[in-house]
Amino acid sequence: MDLSLLTRSSEFEWRIEPRGKMRVPGVLFASEPLVRAMDHKVYEQVTNVATLPGIRIASLAMPDAHWGYGFTVGGVAAFDPDEGIVSAGGVGFDISCGVRCLRTRLARDEVIARQKELADTLFRAIPAGVGSRGRIRLGHDEMDRMLRGGARWAVEKGYGQPGDLERVEEGGRMPDARPESVSDRAKARMRDEVGTLGSGNHYLEVQEVAEIHDAAAAEAFGLGRGDVLISIHCGSRGLGHQIGTEALREMLDAGRRHGIELPDRELACAPVRSLEGERYLGAMRAAINVALANRQVLTHLAREAVGSVLPQSDLTLLYDVSHNTCKLERHVVEGKEQDVYVHRKGATRAWGPGHPGLPGRLRAVGQPVLIGGSMGTSSYVLAGTESGMRASFGSACHGAGRAMSRTQASKRWNGRQVVEELEKRGILIRSPSLRGVAEEAPDAYKDVGEVVLATEQAGLARRVARLLPMITVKG
Amino acid sequence: MKGPPAFETFEHDADVGVRGRGATLREAFANAGRALTSVVTDPAQVRETMSVAVGCEASDPESLLYDWLNALVFEMATRSVLFARYEVTLEGGRLRAVAFGEPVEVERHQPAVEVKGATWTGLKVMHQRGSWVAECVVDV
Repeated sequence: MDLSLLTRSSEFEWRIEPRGKMRVPGVLFASEPLVRAMDHKVYEQVTNVATLPGIRIASLAMPDAHWGYGFTVGGVAAFDPDEGIVSAGGVGFDISCGVRCLRTRLARDEVIARQKELADTLFRAIPAGVGSRGRIRLGHDEMDRMLRGGARWAVEKGYGQPGDLERVEEGGRMPDARPESVSDRAKARMRDEVGTLGSGNHYLEVQEVAEIHDAAAAEAFGLGRGDVLISIHCGSRGLGHQIGTEALREMLDAGRRHGIELPDRELACAPVRSLEGERYLGAMRAAINVALANRQVLTHLAREAVGSVLPQSDLTLLYDVSHNTCKLERHVVEGKEQDVYVHRKGATRAWGPGHPGLPGRLRAVGQPVLIGGSMGTSSYVLAGTESGMRASFGSACHGAGRAMSRTQASKRWNGRQVVEELEKRGILIRSPSLRGVAEEAPDAYKDVGEVVLATEQAGLARRVARLLPMITVKG
Repeated sequence: MKGPPAFETFEHDADVGVRGRGATLREAFANAGRALTSVVTDPAQVRETMSVAVGCEASDPESLLYDWLNALVFEMATRSVLFARYEVTLEGGRLRAVAFGEPVEVERHQPAVEVKGATWTGLKVMHQRGSWVAECVVDV
């Protein structure tokens, strides 16, 4: 990105001054090298979002922002409930895609002793990749119960423990979901996909805590060096994708009907207070519940699998975050508390210390923010900050972002070689597709460490621990 | 002289574009479908053991391409199948097609990634230098 287009308001904050139809400025949070490396499309997209009706304060980009659909991936924007809009492109296709992190009470050495057996057991237990099917078949009524109940539904069905729920955003259940707003086709795509990982950059990973950055926060999170964790990255599967697909089509017409002028049709949106807006919000919330239920069922499968190899294990939730959502939240806007619809697309909610929505032990420290790296590289646990609540509606980065396309990656690397090289470094990869592994090769992604550091330096969240992979089950 | 390929993918940041060409619009649409398969696996590895009828309708060719590719994504996802070939007929804004393929076999197809949906990004249907081109970016 051309830095001359920006006003540097602090070392890690860059403004796009309002011009033309922009209603608010754009703000990019990043280090100078990260901003330089960003595509010009990020500039255009942040600018375009700033023109949308009812946007409050600013159109934001996180340090990992890259060219997305309408909104950048790594984009955050909050809208007034009365004058504002909701946009499917501001949420993304994989609604409520996110990361759940589990503590295991296992130490590194215990896993090393049984690493291969554990990798094979997890690979058998976790349905992963194209065409994989879950154990659960959902009929019509049960589907609707899941769409309303989220992770709570899953726990009631025996997939997990009630104690899991307080460590999930919204207590495991997104309120105001409307199954009747979800099409039959979207439901059909979900019938046997509950408890599946999906493909692409989705994974289940066994990780060790390699480094502690903030000892007090790590203690509150129950993390110590050498501890073993399990992270699950996946979303709302086919149901979320289908809702996204249908909403993009419907919102294009809705926007026109409601007289919303768009600089780019990818920004298709509908007023929050409109039939189309309400329908999308109801369906999207149902998709959030699907993602929460899905990660809950996968947690159960992981507990069974890990327990069969290492019976001394005890898997408990550190936290579960979603990074493709639109949620009604209370924030300080121009000195006054106000409800706003916060779109986070490829951005993680990162509530600061003291937030009433955080459970007991976490409230003093701030929300755990879980950032996945690429295959074979570090992941991070961060904590939300007070300054992030003010600067970014309590939002932070979500991951590394690709450095090269899938096509380039599959030409450059051979899946088998990638697996062998990682194995030499002590990381076991299990995947049904070697081409998939090549496309997800570690160096096909940017350095997540740089993104996380910039997130901390910009004050959006602070680093608590760095994790290294030991086993990765890839879709 | 060898012309441009009948179908191909093109690069787009985190996602991937699909492009089909043909002497007629329906051929370009059919080839865009093959490009969609190639995001997941090599279409030459997909046998034709079953067929699925697909239909959609839209007011303009670009929306029709969007709907067509999304209809294929839906069939691939709900039936766990891959398609090798398509017979497409177009009548005004109505598309009818038969898609020929087989159930996914992970070992043989080595499916790289699921396609989540076609998008409006880079969505183009055009007639240039005597042939039709139909393309868009798909979310993976």
